[in-house]
Amino acid sequence: MPETPSPRLPEPDRPWMMRTYAGHSDAKRSNELYRRNLEKGQTGLSIAFDLPTQTGYDPDHELARGEVGKVGVSIAHEGDMATLLNQIPLDQMNTSMTINATAAWLLALYIVAAEAQGVPEEKLQGTTQNDILKEYLSRGTYAFPPGPSMRLIADTIAYTVEHIPKWNPINICSYHLQEAGATPVQEIAFTMSNAIAVLDAVRQRVPQELMGSVFGRISFFVNAGVRFVEEHAKLRAMSVLWDELGRERYGVEDEKHRRLRYGVQVNSLGLTEAQPENNVYRIALEALAVTLGRDARARAIQLPAWNEALGLPRPWDQQWSLRLQQILAYETDLLEYPDIFEGSKVMDGLVAELLEGARTEMQRVAELGGAVEAVDYMKAALVESHRKRWQRIESGELTVVGMNRFMSTEPSPLTAGADGGILVVDPEVEADQRGALERWRASRQESAVAEALAELARVAREDQENIMPVTIAAARAGATTGEWAQTLRDAFGEYRAPTGVTDAAAAGSEEVSELRDEVESLSQALGRRLKFLVGKPGLDGHSNGAEQIAVRARDAGMDVVYEGIRLTPSQIATSAAQEGVHVIGLSILSGSHRELIPAVIDALQEAGVEDVPVVVGGIIPEADAEALREAGVAAVYTPKDWNLNGMMRDIIELVAERHSSGTAVGA
Amino acid sequence: MTERTRASGRDLGARLRERDLSAAPAVLNLIESRTPEAREQARALLGEVSAAALGHEPPGHIVGVTGPPGVGKSSLLSRLLAQWRRREKSVAVLAVDPSSRRSGGSLLGDRARIAVDPKDRGVFVRSTAAGRRLGGLAPATRTAAHALAAAFDVVVIETVGVGQSETEVADAADTVVVVLQPDSGDMLQFLKAGIMEVPDVLVLTKSDLAGPARRARADLEAALSALGAGATALCAVSSLPPPAGIRELVDALDAHRAGLDLPARRLAARRRHALDEFVAEHGERGLRALGGRLEAERWLERQDETIDLPSLERALEARAQVVR
Repeated sequence: MPETPSPRLPEPDRPWMMRTYAGHSDAKRSNELYRRNLEKGQTGLSIAFDLPTQTGYDPDHELARGEVGKVGVSIAHEGDMATLLNQIPLDQMNTSMTINATAAWLLALYIVAAEAQGVPEEKLQGTTQNDILKEYLSRGTYAFPPGPSMRLIADTIAYTVEHIPKWNPINICSYHLQEAGATPVQEIAFTMSNAIAVLDAVRQRVPQELMGSVFGRISFFVNAGVRFVEEHAKLRAMSVLWDELGRERYGVEDEKHRRLRYGVQVNSLGLTEAQPENNVYRIALEALAVTLGRDARARAIQLPAWNEALGLPRPWDQQWSLRLQQILAYETDLLEYPDIFEGSKVMDGLVAELLEGARTEMQRVAELGGAVEAVDYMKAALVESHRKRWQRIESGELTVVGMNRFMSTEPSPLTAGADGGILVVDPEVEADQRGALERWRASRQESAVAEALAELARVAREDQENIMPVTIAAARAGATTGEWAQTLRDAFGEYRAPTGVTDAAAAGSEEVSELRDEVESLSQALGRRLKFLVGKPGLDGHSNGAEQIAVRARDAGMDVVYEGIRLTPSQIATSAAQEGVHVIGLSILSGSHRELIPAVIDALQEAGVEDVPVVVGGIIPEADAEALREAGVAAVYTPKDWNLNGMMRDIIELVAERHSSGTAVGA
Repeated sequence: MTERTRASGRDLGARLRERDLSAAPAVLNLIESRTPEAREQARALLGEVSAAALGHEPPGHIVGVTGPPGVGKSSLLSRLLAQWRRREKSVAVLAVDPSSRRSGGSLLGDRARIAVDPKDRGVFVRSTAAGRRLGGLAPATRTAAHALAAAFDVVVIETVGVGQSETEVADAADTVVVVLQPDSGDMLQFLKAGIMEVPDVLVLTKSDLAGPARRARADLEAALSALGAGATALCAVSSLPPPAGIRELVDALDAHRAGLDLPARRLAARRRHALDEFVAEHGERGLRALGGRLEAERWLERQDETIDLPSLERALEARAQVVR
């Protein structure tokens, strides 16, 4: 009898790269965390930078207030980078840096830190995220206008292809598009359109014979939601499109160069504050989406922690997520088989469906002039998709267990500890970093810094040479993150991305029309239309929540002043005063609410805005919420308050109350 | 539960006369309010800052800035503001947002695109929802512009215009600026065909696009001279740093204002405004009671030139014998 051919691989596959997105406070504390994580079996680093570092401000800048060391580590200069990577062998380590607007700068600091370790740049391995379009669309840590930003990306790609061949200079992100509400079709189409815009820009700056290597160095950073079968199909569809693009548009001949390489962080959007322990299951199922089928398996994975909707995860929470990856890779039989979906009619059908939708959508973006020109269109489309998704959750059409269904629960022991189950960043970090920065500036040779920055300014303005060599020189001279970015801001100009909210269509649900009646009658009583300021103080660019609030308030009939992200307390106060608003809503997700909300309230008083209620939304632990209410905040909303109509009703009532008590406003 | 202002209309008017810029938010709150009590107070305010009360027209320069979406109006305004501030002029901007009013509500996002120092007390920016028509002004905007002109050196009304809707801005402003970019072909056609009224100043943005900008400039110059509009200034400004052309534009605005018979322009504006308000309130029936639009305009022209806006409105109502 002939032997049945083995369905197994001759050798099990090697596991993917395992990382944890980590970093907080300062370089020293983050370095200790990295070394502990590596001891636990993590195989690569994933550096989380704080928002000032990501947007190009030093810790002592006005906009950095409250944000230093919060969502990641503060890196202000080459000395910080050296401390961060202390005793981590950079000739062996594979490091992913979530850095975009300032990617060229952080890459330069990394190169200089490696030099100090005696590691030449050609040996370095890792990734700079370096994807600016999704910053305009979703994440918000942009610094420069689109044209110069695309040039910085093209320059880093051209530089690394030549000097750091194992570096992934850009990680084109579909991740944040899904967080902003993208459907699978939009996620595929907008990401591929983004990749085309990047490749077209690089094509101008490298010789054609290098385009194959360039194409081969482009990697992706994707998302995976809990609908894991469709999510897996999405990745297979992306592989098909990528291969096609390489062949047809860029003439890439080597098949290896055309393979879709991606890293992944699974969905944060779907993680709930209610019954947060359930998130562990969600994360596990989402991990299957990116590992199940060998033909579209992730090269690198980082998993969120169960408590991300509550606050920052602690080292133990991150360890728990790492263990999930290790169980999947080392205990299960996942890596022993060839592609298990090969020949599956269902999978092929799903892929075909997604491809058809994505091609149509890519065509639309191309007709608008490509991804850079289509930012406004894509942003408005995402806001609209997100609005629809949220409406489905509110109506119960989309089930979220523990949040809009099966809500009764026992108290969770996971959040019962003194820390509330989250990491609290030492409030002294900001002051420490400011002091350290002052000492750094005092210790360096000013003339060398000035000279290096002058060179940087010249190269930026003239647009002839690659920006990387002068950037590396500035890093060596001891320039700071803020100085590098300010030099480029002066040369390139500043930019505000579209908010995406102006064109979204009005909603028509019955509840919203009831709200509209209430707003109408309150406006009649007030004499003019109820006016609502939605503000995002600080550097946090996660604007999805604020956008949905603004759109719903507009749909409910309010006049909504929404100015987008990155506002100082005094900008918000000035707007509130000049616009004559009746109520103010502030949104912060970066954990800087304890500093920024009181700062806004002070600024409002200074601007003479009295008796205008302030409500706050964000990832705010209950202990902080109490303090905010004591500081004068009328209401605090967290992810468990997902019903936007309820929030609108509260806001209407708040304004009605203030005015019926006869308090004066407006003067 | 009416929204009360701490100051009466008369007090607010007095503060504007004393050029107290911090009165601006309360002035807008009052003028936008539609309750009978607020309207009574607003009339008192307007009386305080009328030409009759001041002995001259409110001295601020009212500049209408309009143009199709995406031509760079906001960045132009940012640079204009900086230039005016450098010349130590106080500036109020009334940004009229074109967003739809299907729900009654609107999203006012324009002020974010106008770069100002939030601590600069010499600048005031207020966004308002548009009136009923695209590019039209909410009634409060015209009223507010004239009131603020008593205190601010410059009052800008910014609207989105798409060809035929500039007239309301023209009615309200001393100087009308239309902003175009090199590829605004439609607007050029409107201008040539006489659909769009010839503005006082034309601004061509993105002058750094050398080829297209030169062609567009030549086209516009040809069109203006064919229309016999030699007096219209044409300014080209760049969109990329460093800014160029802004000083020339401010000079052109000043020159237009200097050559203007201001009392005549303001008087005409006031009369048109009174009639528009009357029609908004009483409709076609009210207009028929006045003997039709033309007859009403003729009647207004015979009225005393010093009558302020609220009194003109009441005079029209009395003439039409409309019962209030």
